[in-house]
Amino acid sequence: MTVSDQGPTAKRRTRLLRLTVNGDRHEVAVAEHHTLLEVLRYQLGLTGSKQGCDKGDCGACTVLLAAPGERRAPVLSCLTLAVDAEGKEVTTIEGLAQQGKLDPVQDAFDRCGALQCGFCQSGMMLSAKALLEDKPHPTLPEIQRALSGNLCRCTGYSKILEATLLAATRPEPAK
Amino acid sequence: MSDGKGTDKAPFFPHGSTIVDASLRRQQSEHGIGARGRKIDGAEKALGRTRFADDYSFPGMLHCKLKRSTRPHARIVRIDVAAALALPGVHAIITGADLPTRYGIIPWTQDETALAVDKVRYVGDAIAAVAAIDEETANAAVRAIKVEYQDLVPVLDLDTAKRTGDTPESKVNELAKKGNVTKNVALSFGPVDDNIAACRTEGAVVEDTFFYVGTTHAPIEPHCAIGLVEGAPGGAGLVTVISATQVPHYLHRDLAHVLGIPEARVRVIQPPVGGAFGGKSEPFTLEFAVAKLAMITGRPVKCLYTREEVFLAHRGRHPMRMRFTTAADKQGKLKAVKSVIDLDGGAYASFGMITAYYAGQILTGPVAMESYAFDATRYYTNKPACGPKRGHGSVQPRFAFECHLDMLAEKLGLDPIELRRLNFAGEHVTLVNGQRLGSSGLLQCLDAVERASGWRERRGKLGALPAGRGTKRRGLGVASSMYISGTNYPIYPNEMPQSGVQVKLDRSGRVTLFSGASDIGQGSDTVLMTIACEELGVLPEHVRVVSSDTDLTPVDLGAYSSRVTLMMGHAALEACRRLREQVQEAVAHAWGCARDDVLLGLGKAWARENTEKSISTAEAFKLAEARFGTLGSTGGYRTHPRGGDYRGGTIGASPAYSSTAHIAEVEVDTETGVIDIVKVWVAHDCGTAIAPVLVEGQIEGSTSMGAAEVFLENMLYGADAVGVPAASAARRGGMLVGPSLLDYRIPTSLDGPAVEAHIVERPDGNGPYGAKEAGEGPLHSTIPAVVNAVYDAVGVRFFELPLSPARVLAGLRAKNVATPTAAE
Repeated sequence: MTVSDQGPTAKRRTRLLRLTVNGDRHEVAVAEHHTLLEVLRYQLGLTGSKQGCDKGDCGACTVLLAAPGERRAPVLSCLTLAVDAEGKEVTTIEGLAQQGKLDPVQDAFDRCGALQCGFCQSGMMLSAKALLEDKPHPTLPEIQRALSGNLCRCTGYSKILEATLLAATRPEPAK
Repeated sequence: MSDGKGTDKAPFFPHGSTIVDASLRRQQSEHGIGARGRKIDGAEKALGRTRFADDYSFPGMLHCKLKRSTRPHARIVRIDVAAALALPGVHAIITGADLPTRYGIIPWTQDETALAVDKVRYVGDAIAAVAAIDEETANAAVRAIKVEYQDLVPVLDLDTAKRTGDTPESKVNELAKKGNVTKNVALSFGPVDDNIAACRTEGAVVEDTFFYVGTTHAPIEPHCAIGLVEGAPGGAGLVTVISATQVPHYLHRDLAHVLGIPEARVRVIQPPVGGAFGGKSEPFTLEFAVAKLAMITGRPVKCLYTREEVFLAHRGRHPMRMRFTTAADKQGKLKAVKSVIDLDGGAYASFGMITAYYAGQILTGPVAMESYAFDATRYYTNKPACGPKRGHGSVQPRFAFECHLDMLAEKLGLDPIELRRLNFAGEHVTLVNGQRLGSSGLLQCLDAVERASGWRERRGKLGALPAGRGTKRRGLGVASSMYISGTNYPIYPNEMPQSGVQVKLDRSGRVTLFSGASDIGQGSDTVLMTIACEELGVLPEHVRVVSSDTDLTPVDLGAYSSRVTLMMGHAALEACRRLREQVQEAVAHAWGCARDDVLLGLGKAWARENTEKSISTAEAFKLAEARFGTLGSTGGYRTHPRGGDYRGGTIGASPAYSSTAHIAEVEVDTETGVIDIVKVWVAHDCGTAIAPVLVEGQIEGSTSMGAAEVFLENMLYGADAVGVPAASAARRGGMLVGPSLLDYRIPTSLDGPAVEAHIVERPDGNGPYGAKEAGEGPLHSTIPAVVNAVYDAVGVRFFELPLSPARVLAGLRAKNVATPTAAE
């Protein structure tokens, strides 16, 4: 959903939101009813997070969210009000690669052929990343459960699960 | 592998595909044909940088929303847009009167308009389009548009459709010449009735009615289009539409037709598509609406469908009611197959004329029959239009037929795999309906899944599980199928190539391929890259692909009917070979040797007799550019007309046919009716695997989608829904129930079966490097394999999908094989 300051909905309340996205600090004026996904895609130009359903069913909008000092965890940005990200750190797919190198999750997804159309995969890879940060050596059922909120229609999941297992066998890039 | 909860699901890994017939050379190659390399766009997709249609925005862009019908079938008495237009921020509103020209993907059934003219035909039919400064304003305007309806007779099911259509009040679509019939096809080959009669005396005959419910594509990317205009208002400027379509060429033609401007003034750009599966293979309302609104306002206009609108756009699998009679002699030779099929088509024809043919024409191999007849009728109903979903028209009858083969095998005391082997059509043969089958790896596919699944040792012996889990029973089932690799005849009759590719090389060492083919995730851009590496010896990083922009790329007809690898592949091969010869000749001239003594590979040009002597391909291209001037070439593919010599004999005729075999293992809970598809072994003959990782992806994805159609998916409307009160059901007649990805269940990572994919290679002379299709064939036989496995597990035969717990439990109770629950 895009927003303009004219029109019949012009009287809605807006607020100044401060948040950190992929290490960059932003101050954005946001409508209070707008979601984090809308702000990321349409106000910050971070289009890597996808809108597949806009109601929390598909998981394509998954991003990682962390309060200061806390571990980052996957959230559905289409069901998260932007104002609830106040003061928090957001990681989107654009922030996964570090120092010009693909994250091991990204590299494994590419190598295994897990990326068909790729539309669901930003969210999928971030869910996989969160799992591996929480549990570096997950079992296959643990991976299946961790990714069960991210729908993929192309792959039948075989290569996605294989890629996540492969990523788990590789060292994290140097911090 | 155990998931720790005691349900020993078969492991996913290692499932790395077994290349049954591939040469070792191919498996060792790092790039070129048969390489297990990365996709050309893999890194961009991994980084989230791939730009899909909705990722584009333009300065001054307006947003479009559609007013949709709340009635299944009604005359539009009046549309009042005044209040909506008066809202601040609303720039334009169009209705059917602004875009009255009829269009349709099939030239003979142009029966729809971008916005409803005079009447609406389903709940969700588009009536008006708004352009406003943002989506919220556009939505407010849509709500402010007032539509006055006069209700007509809602035609919501096949039986009603058959009885009605003789009056304007009950005729869903005026294009129907008779009643509510879109198309009837009745074809007969050989003495079907005599053969059936003979088998009744001596042999076996099975006769049953099957029902396959409607399902939809549900790609994760919603439809999205952006209209842009250049040039003076009202002048001869360019209208550009950026759209998530899988048929940019047909969209190009229909935009010009409906907008009433020359094709030369229209440009269609198709960015990478986020899944399609047939759901984006014809023009949709949003594309016409954004183009027209951009022409009116002079500003870019974007329309992004909501998930609900994606469901309403539909064009998914037709519900089919199929009466099948299948007869074999006592040795098990198939003597006759006869079907009468009703297709529930929805409000518009879509591809439906072809669907009616495909319901019969693709069933005659690789398991062949001596005589064959089908009579298929597609009806209009007041629901979203059905169309082509992965395995267009042929998945439903394949389900019925392959279940019947299982039943015949049992009656005759034959192993179901043996029955299929016995009736294999052979290779390079003409099938009963005149289609010419080239290579077919059916026998190799059957061998592969038989071996991998332990069929001989395990089938019929799985029975009840150990104590403590005694309510669950396991079984194995087999099925096979075939599918087309494109069609011999294009959708609109013409003599031009079905696919064209241009290739440019230059002194930088870069190879650029320009192709109209649509990469919808299946990896057609990667196939182009692979062919360039194979032919020109360059490394993948030196190849660039520019695809599907009608201003930049030659025509390709689109990503449908599994045509792309074969047709685009041929075109690319031809274009690359012309340039290869020039490069070889220029190097040979410089080296003073014969052209054939120059080899291209691994990023270099090599002397055949002296591997110490080589130059980089960039140096070789410089020699060629110096000798021949600017380097460029074209290639094109056109089919040789062939097929049955009768009306309709060209439909289903393909240059090459793939073959597939599936074996499924299921676990049926006789207490709850829940079916768990534990594992599926699938072997698919794609001729030659140009890019094996992509082929595996297609096999796995197809099998997963097919499995979901057995136990999860169902397009339910109004009164069909369980738990809807009668009064409410009547009021909501024709309304799609739960148009969301929560209510319409597609598999999650926890639901799908483990899939073990085997690639079988039986190269076909009509395919580039022998390649055939892999994108749709491997869906078909998933479904009957699972249903046959359920029978093996519990001895109950199901004729209707999906196998929901309620249906399974009812079936088990009817046969007294359900486990009573504690309450009983």
